[in-house]
Amino acid sequence: MATEVKLFRSWSSRYALRIVWALKLKGVEFEAIFEDLSNKSSLLLQYNPVHKKVPVLVHNGKPVCESLVILEYVDETWNGAHPLLPKDPFAKAEARFWAKFSDDKLMPLIRKATLGNGEEKEEARVLTAENLKHVEELLKGKKFFGGEKIGYVDLAFGWMAYLINVLEEVSGATLIKKEEFPLLSKWMENFYEFPEFKESWPDHDRLITKFKNYG
Amino acid sequence: MNLKIHSTLTTTITASQITPRVRKEKGQFSVKEPIFVTMGDQEVKLFAAWSSSFSKRVEIALKMKGINYKYVAESLSNKSPELLRYNPVHKKVPVVIHNGKPICESLVILEYIDEIWKSGPSILPEDPHARAMARFWVSFIDEKCSPAIKRIYRSQGEEREKAVQDATEHLETLENELRGKKFFGGDEIGLVDLSATFIALWLGVLLELAGVELLTKEKFPRLCEWIDIYLNCSIVKETLPAREDLLDHLRSLRRPAK
Repeated sequence: MATEVKLFRSWSSRYALRIVWALKLKGVEFEAIFEDLSNKSSLLLQYNPVHKKVPVLVHNGKPVCESLVILEYVDETWNGAHPLLPKDPFAKAEARFWAKFSDDKLMPLIRKATLGNGEEKEEARVLTAENLKHVEELLKGKKFFGGEKIGYVDLAFGWMAYLINVLEEVSGATLIKKEEFPLLSKWMENFYEFPEFKESWPDHDRLITKFKNYG
Repeated sequence: MNLKIHSTLTTTITASQITPRVRKEKGQFSVKEPIFVTMGDQEVKLFAAWSSSFSKRVEIALKMKGINYKYVAESLSNKSPELLRYNPVHKKVPVVIHNGKPICESLVILEYIDEIWKSGPSILPEDPHARAMARFWVSFIDEKCSPAIKRIYRSQGEEREKAVQDATEHLETLENELRGKKFFGGDEIGLVDLSATFIALWLGVLLELAGVELLTKEKFPRLCEWIDIYLNCSIVKETLPAREDLLDHLRSLRRPAK
């Protein structure tokens, strides 16, 4: 049976990148369709009428939306190569917990701490440092969050490996100091330098311009 | 952190994997050694609050599966040290403790319950695409629907008008999703129905307190029908608080209007 995999993405979407990484790790061939988010294609709107966003994975004509949902779908469908989630239900629950933490707690805080204003920015910086401690703790004795291999939680936190530097540069704030977060800093390096992901990183300068315009 | 320490201590195996020899020696195991137990021996605790729709999702699921659990009532304004120890990151309910290990976040708990207790009704479908759709709708309810309703309740004037617009749009999306189905999960209650518990009860209460009429039978016939059916399921009925109690409680928490 011929399988067809399409991924609707944009040049900078951190959520779409998760799927790019997952598909690469699993050795799944796919067609990347780059969307201009200011001028969305009718196909994208057809495949994701509810949110009208990227990423959308279309597998044999059926769309899957929302990056963490897509990651689980990819893991369940291509379950031979490179498992993303652990087998053990409790470890799986922990992985899901931390992925939600990345999106629901950490990302909004880091956004406020770098792109926010005044008091809110300072408050967010303090909370970011507190919450990053949990992430640092997770890496004790491990190279990746997934252990020896990159896993679901690594892909969930992957945005940090390239965006933290950008946000720090744009805002002039330092969120992750090597001395304070040695394991996390090392993880960011390892993830960024992972050979299979070398071609995936969005252009740094273009990102700087994008986030400078957020102010 | 407790989460990591406990994950290496115990192994869960099914009854069919226990050999007679292990069963005989069971009584001799000390507390510190790995304990081989059957599903029924594992202790389940639920830290919950009666007024939290997230807590209720999990309670309904536990009952659906016929799982014995110990209910630990939490007061949201005065959380126990135990809860804070088990959920240091969010300090929230619900938390389920299984074999001494905490699982936090209601959706994570629901998936965990479905994976561990395979007998009884399924919370999620088997097919990967169907599972993805269920998870999608749950995300939609939690990230779009419920926040819009809460925004109606908490805001006034222009902000409220915008929130009503958003909520209407989102509820229309859900209305369409119910086409041809008794429950979001099809013929049986599933993950999406459990996640929509907020819509079944909390939504109506919050809108009443806000003095906003939105969820009418004329505008949302399927959704209203779903609410009736869902609330009348015996397990849901016996688990959810009485509407009047929730109304009084939320009313008492209200900040005075500006």
